[in-house]
Amino acid sequence: MTNPKALVLRTAGINCDAETVRALEGAGAATDAFHLMKMIAEPGRFDDYGILVIPGGFSYGDDVAAGRIFSAELVHYLSKELVNFVDRGGLVLGICNGFQVLVETGLLDGSFGKRTERKVALYDNASMKFEARWVHLRSEESACPWLDAGDIWPVPVAHAEGRFVCRDADTLAQLKANGQIALRYVNSDGSTPSYPECPNGALEEIAGICDSSGRVLGLMPHPERNLLPWNHPMWTRMQSRSEGEGAGFFRRLVDVAKGSTVNASR
Amino acid sequence: MSSSTTASDAWRIEVFKRAAIHDPEGEKALQEVHELGLYAVSSIRVGHGYLFSPELDESEARNIAQELLTDPVLEEVQIFAPGITPPEAPTGSRRVLVAPKPGVMDPIADSVTRIVRRTGHGDESFEAQTFRIFEMHGDVPTDELESVCRRTLANVTIDTLRIDREDLPFGAPKGHGGTRGRVEVAMLALDDDGLTNLSVQGELSLTLMEMLEIQKFYKNLGREPSACELETLAQTWSEHCKHKTFAGLIDFVDHSKEGSPTERIDNLLKSTIKRATEELDVPWCVSVFHDNAGIIEFDAGYDISFKVETHNHPSAIDPYGGAGTGIGGVIRDILGVGLGARPIANTDAFFVGMPDMPMEDLPKGCMHPRRILRGVVGGVRDYGNRMGIPTISGGLWFDDRYVGNPLVYAGTVGLAKHEFAHKTIEPGDLVVTLGGAVGRDGIHGATFSSIELTEDSEEDSASSVQIGNPIQEKRVLDAMLQARDRGLYRAVTDCGAGGLSSAVGEMGEKGGVDVDLAKVPLKYPGLASHEIWISEAQERMVLAVQPENIDELLALCASEDVAATVIGTFNDTKRLVVRDAGEIICDIEMEFLHDGTPRYLRHAVWNPPTVEDPGCPSPSTKNESYNSVLLGIVGAPDVRSKEWIIRQYDHEVQGNTVIKPLVGVRSDAPGNGSVIKPLAESKKGVAIGCGANPRMGLLDPYAMAGAVIDEAMRNVVAVGGDPTRTAILDNFSWGNCSKPENLGSLVLASKACYDVAMAFGTPFISGKDSLNNEFRVGDETIVIPPTLLLSAMSVVQDVAMCVTMDAKEPGNRIYIVGETKQDMGASHYMHHLGLDGGRVPQPDLSKAPTILRAMHSAISKGLVASCHDLSEGGLAVAAAEMAFGGGLGMDLHLSHMHDPEGLSEGSDEDAVLLFSESCTRFLVEVTAIHAEAFERQFTDAGLGDIARPIGEVTAGSRLYIRGKNSDDLIELDIEDLRAAHTSGFQG
Repeated sequence: MTNPKALVLRTAGINCDAETVRALEGAGAATDAFHLMKMIAEPGRFDDYGILVIPGGFSYGDDVAAGRIFSAELVHYLSKELVNFVDRGGLVLGICNGFQVLVETGLLDGSFGKRTERKVALYDNASMKFEARWVHLRSEESACPWLDAGDIWPVPVAHAEGRFVCRDADTLAQLKANGQIALRYVNSDGSTPSYPECPNGALEEIAGICDSSGRVLGLMPHPERNLLPWNHPMWTRMQSRSEGEGAGFFRRLVDVAKGSTVNASR
Repeated sequence: MSSSTTASDAWRIEVFKRAAIHDPEGEKALQEVHELGLYAVSSIRVGHGYLFSPELDESEARNIAQELLTDPVLEEVQIFAPGITPPEAPTGSRRVLVAPKPGVMDPIADSVTRIVRRTGHGDESFEAQTFRIFEMHGDVPTDELESVCRRTLANVTIDTLRIDREDLPFGAPKGHGGTRGRVEVAMLALDDDGLTNLSVQGELSLTLMEMLEIQKFYKNLGREPSACELETLAQTWSEHCKHKTFAGLIDFVDHSKEGSPTERIDNLLKSTIKRATEELDVPWCVSVFHDNAGIIEFDAGYDISFKVETHNHPSAIDPYGGAGTGIGGVIRDILGVGLGARPIANTDAFFVGMPDMPMEDLPKGCMHPRRILRGVVGGVRDYGNRMGIPTISGGLWFDDRYVGNPLVYAGTVGLAKHEFAHKTIEPGDLVVTLGGAVGRDGIHGATFSSIELTEDSEEDSASSVQIGNPIQEKRVLDAMLQARDRGLYRAVTDCGAGGLSSAVGEMGEKGGVDVDLAKVPLKYPGLASHEIWISEAQERMVLAVQPENIDELLALCASEDVAATVIGTFNDTKRLVVRDAGEIICDIEMEFLHDGTPRYLRHAVWNPPTVEDPGCPSPSTKNESYNSVLLGIVGAPDVRSKEWIIRQYDHEVQGNTVIKPLVGVRSDAPGNGSVIKPLAESKKGVAIGCGANPRMGLLDPYAMAGAVIDEAMRNVVAVGGDPTRTAILDNFSWGNCSKPENLGSLVLASKACYDVAMAFGTPFISGKDSLNNEFRVGDETIVIPPTLLLSAMSVVQDVAMCVTMDAKEPGNRIYIVGETKQDMGASHYMHHLGLDGGRVPQPDLSKAPTILRAMHSAISKGLVASCHDLSEGGLAVAAAEMAFGGGLGMDLHLSHMHDPEGLSEGSDEDAVLLFSESCTRFLVEVTAIHAEAFERQFTDAGLGDIARPIGEVTAGSRLYIRGKNSDDLIELDIEDLRAAHTSGFQG
């Protein structure tokens, strides 16, 4: 695929769709934002896209649990299409609420279709509060082909249910062995943070994981809110710059999607 | 403990965190229970409960419980068949259940019901309800437990509370058995007492004069009114909708001026605030005062709009729901301005009682200020965050006089193409409602907001409470803006106070309209016709749709999962006709409905406070030092960090927030205003700021109004806003204005609004008033201080030129801009020392506008490294905040300042220079190479040396200020200042 198209999937309460579209288009991917109802009515449309993004927001108000109902709908109506999309080399990104949705579906930990066997979860921040603040991420050595391992970059978070947790120690070991730990919260110098630099009390400061293929990535922070040179909270203390660090994140995603058939087995 | 009562006739699902999993909700509940002194509770486990229709199959119930309601990693679930009482709580523990009362909005239940029906696990008869379980451990005395639960875990106005009882109600609310169809009200034969009784009994909040006017009208018609007609008149004529005080006649006497004659004011609003806008007649105002928000030009074919609303009384009864529906309502104002604008930012401001008020001082019938504050913050957070609108600007003020009548302001900024600024309606257009179904929510909200609160309000006014469902409103937003872009409707307004009666009545005002309530979708049966008509069920908009577009509109709404219903037709009859159950239940001439309100003549007096000016004594007279006063003010409730609130608001969603509410090296210093950059194709930004000062309002309402306009302007100018492209909004919250002394201060504040807006060249574009903010307990009435919230919206020409307030670089010069006078009245300095009286600051109208323009010129030319406006706590507090914001020290020398103007005999000159709150002043950091050009901005504007260098930024962490009359006035470490700033109640 040389000209990857991206699909931003939204439903009631998803609210970061516009900036996510802006990020993808800025990175060179022609992008559509479609309502879940439309995709349920026309599931064949999944074939048009190389990238699927579930953006941030509060799908169905986080009712019952964050991402729960959106995920239940995806699994109920579009299981086959989702699995096919990943199997044929499509890239899937879940941001914040989208990450919560991906976790709920089991696409990340290999429990898709076997809900009671799910091994990872995201739940209430240890601070017991919604947290809107900037943090630093380190892209880890992982199966995810579009992260530059070792890169430390600033990004905002805004969530109340972002604490990553595993069912047991074996799960964590397995995720590590598979290269699924994709992103960690760090201090700006790369050292291990405490609250609030790790904003939610996540296990081993994990901010994002990918599936074992590396083609499905979920993260709590919002790279699509760091596209402009003026998004950074301290830009008035910095040299003039041309863009925010989130722009590069999306550019690499789109670049990988351009060669996704080549990279599919990476 | 025994669970002797029977369980509900419903499936019951209870979901708890597994034992090994941290239970933050339990911890939070424990913290709140302990705060109320109930330490007997040693731990709390919180569970989420659900009730399902008893008809559901057992296998489906289990399936839903496990697949939908339980997290397999974190939680465990128990399922009880209908009628089965859950096993007793473990010995030594108590079970507290809290459920929304029947009919109260339960968004989680709505979501569960929807997904269960859609995925086929339940049929169309499936219903769900939710509750919360607090399993409390420890030896807890029953009477105390109930009282604490009522004060923190449950709000019995909207919640069912059960302690060790399992009989939660299940099912739709028991109706009042309301009648559908025409109900005649016998009014023509009533005498004055009878009319007054009718108004009180019917909760109409109409005065005798208005009732007589209505009686006369129907006598002429030769018939009795219907219930629906009376309700429609009551809603439309309410103070909330009609602003009778501002629009009426006022005889005003100002006793501060010797022998001052009585002044007759014909329409205070038109003769002050609106008059300024009309006389200024700036070309960039697009729509002012007549629509749901004010609109000004922005850039690239786009306009920006702004509206700020009050939601005071509902927030007193239910802080969470009141504030949430407050923000939900003002968002709908933006959706309803012109053909609808996209909300791009929210603002809020709260005025509550002191956070450390002892429980025993709390008047009967009041919630503690902390509970109110947590509730209103939670309401704005959950509504704004879910809507995906960044809450970027706000304010918080404390005073014990707000204890029974807190003030909650919420604002929304909108963006829309210029072609969407205006609406029209043609006869034949269809009346279409968009959004949720109608229940008994918020009946009499418009009339309730116009009366005084009492200790019984919590219980009396349950049905006035609305609970919001932000996701429903988000659906409406998503569908409506697409319909707008496709040109599918010609006019829109929101369903707010007064519900359909106000929205439809307003839209049909010029032509006429005919609607049928039989078509309105209902949440549950049992509503009377007039209840459907006036219900304030949230999240609804009303459209005027060309008949040829209706199919496309309905299809679009269906694809976005939004209910859209045609309920009638606009026409040219100049009448409001409402039908239900096959008969006409309301038929009124639009002219009488909208213009028949009798005009009041009210009396207003101003008697200036008799408190003497105590001058400005030294801190030492109160055994304090300059250092201790500064630390005290930096940590004062009004001044100290609001970070605990700001971080709960998603202030960056939409990705356009370029100057955040918190700035500096640790992002913990209070910025001046916030800036968003809403258009990818434009470098322009929108700066938002606000001002308020209730203590100044008590001493001198005229000066206060000028000072808060100045403050709001300073906030936007200090970040880069263009003062010549700034629009302002007024929101008055006052005590009962049928009392002449309250109305007198309102008159003075309004006059100041005119004078200052004219001098600044700054138009008002929208406003709102709430003029009955008193709380009666027993024989005592607590009146709020006169509170004017002034909001400013300013165009930033290029966001790349914006500046923040944090000090940037050692060696840079610090300038003070503006004149310092002995303006100590209502200052934090005087308050800290426990002193009242003194002159209240007001802007010098001959210089202030020029200072703002020169300041803006310096910023937009890139001559400024940082800029902070001087407000609460004056120069010393601004310097402290800039220093710890930048993580740098500062050396200042007050001898470089001009002598303070108006220094009274015996006053401490250094204290005045440090702490005076004189208007139109900034503390500005400038690099040496820009110093000359910076100064020239002010000299060239004819302001002489009004910008004077008084020191410099230093490396290290010491804030040092040398006085005029003594050395070492202030010497403090910035980390101690930062610690003071982040002290105190943090939620």
